[in-house]
Amino acid sequence: MLTLSILLFPILAALLVLAVGGKQAKQIAFAGALVELALSGYAFLNFVPDATSQFSFDYPWIFAGSIRFSAGIDGVSLLLVVLTGLLTPLIILSAFRHTYERPAVFYSLILFMQAALMGVFTARDAFLFYLYFEAALIPIYFLAASWGGENRIAVTFKFFVYTIFGSLFMLVALVYLYFQTSPATGIHSSAITDLYNLKLSATEQTWIFWAFFIAFAIKMPVFPFHTWQPDTYVESPTPATMLLAGIMLKMGVYGVIRLLLPIVPEGVDRWGTTAIVLSVIGIVYGALIAIRQRDIKRLIAYSSFSHVGLMAAGVFSQTSYGIQGALVQMLAHGINVVGMFFVADIIASRTNTRLLDQMGGITRYTPKLTVFFMILLLGSVALPLTNGFVGEFLLLAGVFEHNNILGGVAGLTIIFGAVYMLRLFQKAMFGKTTDLTTGFNDVSGSESWVFIPLCFMVFWIGLVPNSFLKLTEPAVTNLLQFIK
Amino acid sequence: MLSIVLLSVFGIVLLYLGFLKSRAVLLPATLLFILLALGAGFLEWNKSYLYFGDMLLISNVAILFTSIVLVSAFMVVSLSGDFLTDESAQPAEYYAILLFSIVGAIMMISYENLIMLFVGVEILSVSMYILTGSDKRNLRSNEAALKYFLMGAFATGIMLFGMALLYGAAGSFTLTDIKGYIALSHGRPSLLLYLGVLMVLIGMLFKVSAAPFHFWTPDVYEGAPTLFTAFMSTVVKTAGFAALLQLLSVAFSAIYGFWWITLAVITGLTLLVGNLTAAYQESFKRMMAYSSISHAGYLLIGLAALGQQSKQALVFYSLAYSVATIAAFGILLVVSKQRIANGQPGDTYTAFNGLSRQNPLLAFILAVSMLSLAGIPLTAGFWGKFMIFSAAVDKGMVWILVLAVLMSAVGIYYYFRVVIAMYFREGSSTQIQVAPFYRFVLIAATVLTIVLGLIPGLFQNLI
Repeated sequence: MLTLSILLFPILAALLVLAVGGKQAKQIAFAGALVELALSGYAFLNFVPDATSQFSFDYPWIFAGSIRFSAGIDGVSLLLVVLTGLLTPLIILSAFRHTYERPAVFYSLILFMQAALMGVFTARDAFLFYLYFEAALIPIYFLAASWGGENRIAVTFKFFVYTIFGSLFMLVALVYLYFQTSPATGIHSSAITDLYNLKLSATEQTWIFWAFFIAFAIKMPVFPFHTWQPDTYVESPTPATMLLAGIMLKMGVYGVIRLLLPIVPEGVDRWGTTAIVLSVIGIVYGALIAIRQRDIKRLIAYSSFSHVGLMAAGVFSQTSYGIQGALVQMLAHGINVVGMFFVADIIASRTNTRLLDQMGGITRYTPKLTVFFMILLLGSVALPLTNGFVGEFLLLAGVFEHNNILGGVAGLTIIFGAVYMLRLFQKAMFGKTTDLTTGFNDVSGSESWVFIPLCFMVFWIGLVPNSFLKLTEPAVTNLLQFIK
Repeated sequence: MLSIVLLSVFGIVLLYLGFLKSRAVLLPATLLFILLALGAGFLEWNKSYLYFGDMLLISNVAILFTSIVLVSAFMVVSLSGDFLTDESAQPAEYYAILLFSIVGAIMMISYENLIMLFVGVEILSVSMYILTGSDKRNLRSNEAALKYFLMGAFATGIMLFGMALLYGAAGSFTLTDIKGYIALSHGRPSLLLYLGVLMVLIGMLFKVSAAPFHFWTPDVYEGAPTLFTAFMSTVVKTAGFAALLQLLSVAFSAIYGFWWITLAVITGLTLLVGNLTAAYQESFKRMMAYSSISHAGYLLIGLAALGQQSKQALVFYSLAYSVATIAAFGILLVVSKQRIANGQPGDTYTAFNGLSRQNPLLAFILAVSMLSLAGIPLTAGFWGKFMIFSAAVDKGMVWILVLAVLMSAVGIYYYFRVVIAMYFREGSSTQIQVAPFYRFVLIAATVLTIVLGLIPGLFQNLI
């Protein structure tokens, strides 16, 4: 029942926001997101670290119960549920500093988005997963296209058509798999665990692998399916960018762990290395472009593209390190990237520019911002004792175990990451003050309250990673045993 | 059967009601008549009667298709309030012709004898020719009517020729006899039969506007008064597909190997032509015309992959498609009237610019319709596509499926142009008002679309 409340509560809150509307919209939305945080926190605290699905809910839904509304939280879902629960209130709080037109619609769309994301991460039925996977697109599309920058309409349209196009392949694969279940009785099932047990031929494994891969690779995105991403991140309003980069791209990684690896293990054996090569290309390519960026939002967008490449590579390595690392890194990256986008938003809105060469010397005016920025930055460059280190270390260990050379190339991410992040920090915060940065106001009270939990998480995951790893470990071990 | 009798009588009654001074009674009377016919249809539920010496067979599937037709007609009629105030319109005649055309549609849905199919097709088509040209002073409307009539008559001729050939081969017009003949021929039926099958198929595919028999569709849809376009693109299509389903599943199921290839090729062509051309349109109405071609393509997949899944898939898809289409045309009607009054083009995409500010409700309804037509989850259209795709997977028709999936992506492109226009483009700030009943019908359509999107199993036990 807990899962059901996690799924339904944001929808109720969103409807309430719409109904009340006006000036109270953001407060109600924030309160709703806090309650949701409490629910996911409850799940986190009461989760028993084993491989089972907990707090489950199951209800026959369509076709006499062959498609079920079944949801639950297991080790793989848990951290993402926590991530979604934690980030949404912070994203809403970070939006307080702007006044958006039609606030009721704006904040309710964020909550609808949260509901869809929670659905993706808890669905235990393949079609339910697909429905939520697609449903998540609609609120984010409207958020980005209604409140975004100048070129928003064309950019978000590309994003929308591109991603939905990718998921249609997944739909075909799912429908096909659905009809392979229990052919003797003619009563099919779309429970994800039933799809795991299918005996598929080598050709089937190959095409289903690619059908899934394209869907998830577009979502993450993995090179060469990333062309929608930088523009969409830049043109979207910051809360939407945070949702996209912080949570939504994790849908792709999660999908690979939840569906792709266990359903087509032979396909992964055959094509996994290709997928890792693409991901590693993305890591290097994204990092190189990030180094050359002048626009801070675009720089973070490319850094996110580079980081997610490493997660994808780790997952496809099919090692315990790689998958565990991906799970922790998804949590860590979500926290860091939301923080970074918030920093970018603060700087951009106070200086009226997003270009690095017009900034400088901000640190002179802002002791607090400097500290927060530095902490998040260290997390992003994977300094030991911060959250990024745990994830990236495990991921690299996983990729290295799979293939030394690829692991080595992927390791460049740590160096490149330090280059572009420190360059960002140096150009924006140090150096001479410019006309635009003179008299920069330090972070206000409500802004600090976005940073404080994020920075706390950076250290918590960095110092005591085991409090998270021990929760995911049994599920990952179980998954790998199943694949092998 | 009762519906046919009632509708014929009501049609005549309506003609007489036209003599009344007040036009106000016509609309509610027509709606009442349609509801009565709908109720009467369900009296025969689970009974499976044969009528008039095996001419008609009223089965449950037929009743469901009939209900879709009647529901579509009900919605179209309830959006027709403008006729009552328009001086040059003759609402009594229009309504009467609509009711008669439904009689034709029901015959097409529930025929057991090919003669009945022919009579049904003719009743429906002739009514449509008249209604297409009903905007007498509009050149486009006249052109459309003439085009539709000439091409339609030609297609009907081919179909009739095909029926004659079938008779020549099987010695009977009834579907079960033809089936019996094929069974007795030990897999080697006369060549006449094959020719006949093809020609009947061509005639019917023309009616449902499958490529390459679709050339009339855009011009006719664009020229006809919008309301009748809505009627045409839903009722005619539903009836046409019900007729094809009946024909292929009853009479020709034994020679599936012969016709499925033909149908699969036509399906692929229809999907390509419909979707790719729709993407290039600037007029919303023409886009809807091509979209109706593309939906004919999806429905054809259900036929080409004829199996257990097909009936349910076709019924569901027709319902989802009809409801969304009528709602879309209903909104076009309101919006274009407003725009034309302001001297702007009425039926291009730009007509919808800024609709979300002028009337958020209408914008939402149209957005849901577009989502449903595009097959986005949580709308009825998604499950329609899902069931159609399932039928194809069941038959292992993977290539058609891949094509259909690619074309759905194209579909998202042109349906979303409407959404973009409504929500993200600036338009004039005039408020758009709609009558309460009009609004009620549109809301009901939206609710139905969403409810079917959440619980698609609602009607599943009926089949």
